Amino acid sequence: MTALLSLKKVSKRFRGLVAVDGVSFDVPAGELFAVIGPNGAGKTTLFNMIAGAIAPDEGAISFAGEPIAGLPPDVVCRRGIARTFQIVRPFPALTVEDNVVVGALLHSRDVAAAQQQAQELLRRLDLFDQRRRIAATLTLPDRKRLEVARALATKPRLLLLDEVMAGLRPTESDRMVAILRDLNRANGLTIVLIEHVMRAVMALASEVLVLDHGTAIAQGMPEAIVRDPAVVQSYLGAEPT
Amino acid sequence: MTAKITDSHPDSLAGKCVYVLRSFLEGLSRRTLALLGLLLVALLVAPWLVSDYLITVLIVILYLAFTGQAWNIMMGFAGQLSLGHAIFVGLGAYIAALLFARYGIAPWLGFLIVMPVAAACGAIIGFLAFRFGVAGVYFAILTIAFAEFARIGFDHLAVVNASAGLFLPVAQYAHNDLWHLRGDPRMFYYVILAATVLALVLCRALLVSRVGYFWLAIREDEQAARAAGIDTFRYKMSAVMISAVVTSFGGVFYAFFYNNLFPEQVFNISRSIEMILGPIIGGLGTLFGPILGAFVLTGLAETLNAAMAALGFDLPGAKQVFYGICLLFVVLALPEGIWPWLARQIGIGERQR
Repeated sequence: MTALLSLKKVSKRFRGLVAVDGVSFDVPAGELFAVIGPNGAGKTTLFNMIAGAIAPDEGAISFAGEPIAGLPPDVVCRRGIARTFQIVRPFPALTVEDNVVVGALLHSRDVAAAQQQAQELLRRLDLFDQRRRIAATLTLPDRKRLEVARALATKPRLLLLDEVMAGLRPTESDRMVAILRDLNRANGLTIVLIEHVMRAVMALASEVLVLDHGTAIAQGMPEAIVRDPAVVQSYLGAEPT
Repeated sequence: MTAKITDSHPDSLAGKCVYVLRSFLEGLSRRTLALLGLLLVALLVAPWLVSDYLITVLIVILYLAFTGQAWNIMMGFAGQLSLGHAIFVGLGAYIAALLFARYGIAPWLGFLIVMPVAAACGAIIGFLAFRFGVAGVYFAILTIAFAEFARIGFDHLAVVNASAGLFLPVAQYAHNDLWHLRGDPRMFYYVILAATVLALVLCRALLVSRVGYFWLAIREDEQAARAAGIDTFRYKMSAVMISAVVTSFGGVFYAFFYNNLFPEQVFNISRSIEMILGPIIGGLGTLFGPILGAFVLTGLAETLNAAMAALGFDLPGAKQVFYGICLLFVVLALPEGIWPWLARQIGIGERQR
């Protein structure tokens, strides 16, 4: 099995702080891979390195067999990796539809075709009825879905989702889980997500990586991970007895 | 019929022109088209109804609308603030004037030489800024610096008579000579009107195109734009270069309308500022804002002048104070500019952007 995304001993330091310390993992194509861990564990830094927002100090990142570490974010996106931001950043003054059209225009020279594609994605993410609204006026859950739609519009092979469930009510979170699972199953989209909502992680992920203080402390099936003593100790917390 | 031309020659110049025109008309409501048509007719007949002085005022308004529209490509669309656009006016003015005064080359041919020079100048400024991460206020300062270099440079450049000024030969012309841009104010009026209309059509076509979407994305959030796969360097460069080329035609017009050029005036920072007031007052990033802003500002300033003259006051600097008050009012009351508000009032909302 060849991995779609592969990290080998990737490290990033910010001055004295080692944010990510020698992390290695492989994500096979078609997998739903979750990265969990306490705040400050280095999850977003890891994402930023994969997406090209920052370059790793050490280690190698390869995507579809080619090295991508240190490439600028727009090049990484054109290679087929799309991302959302933990703190959502849609284009605020543009309409919902135009936000997604921008993404769709990456692979379409024709604006009308991109609009068509954007509308299909908006339907899929339950945003179609709001397509004429200005993005800044959307509620947080809608803005999160909009970010996912814009990312999907670039036709990625790998989708990086940075806490898309945070701040969502359980029903909204379940809806997002259903959408993501559908994208994964129907389109074969590989997804790597950072998530704190364990309910969503358990429902979605086929494999989980746990980070703590920049190092990977556990990796495996979600059912096994939640029973791992190290993970319980550092992140999940022991159940009251 | 238009569809036929586009379909048969999609790559020909005529085909491209038709395409631009169609993207301009597409999506405009009947009401918008009717109002635009009405305005165009009014502007077409205006010079036959008003005094020579008012024609000159209208020329100044249209000149500011044109250059404002050109500046708006960079700031309003792509979010890159230039406070040194006088450099492109100055280059266009000096090159076209020099070619005409020395070699008798007509301004339209001169503009063919001006275009690559303006584009190259824009590219140099853009490259230095965007390659080395100069953004926001620092980018604005860089543009001022370039305009100031040009002002001081031309002030010492013997080939353009340095600070003594470059003068175009003025003779009595029996008739209007459109090819050499020699003639009466009415001819200049129609030239700048045509340029303003063309700039509006071009800007709308750009705004609804792929590059227009990318510019808006960069303006809204450059980091998110990059994450969406946009090569922001490339598209910021194209915004600066297109804006520079369009602006430089304003310079060609300026030279032939005023017939004299002094570096101290042409490259002065106040030229750059007066160019951007229209779009800011009218509505940044809108298509009609620069035009409306130019009419409102210059129109009101002229009215003020006339009123003060009628009342027998003589207050130098009143115009500047008036500009300041207008700017203050718009910033406080209509932060989006007058046009978005007005468009809502008359129910022809330009696409919200």
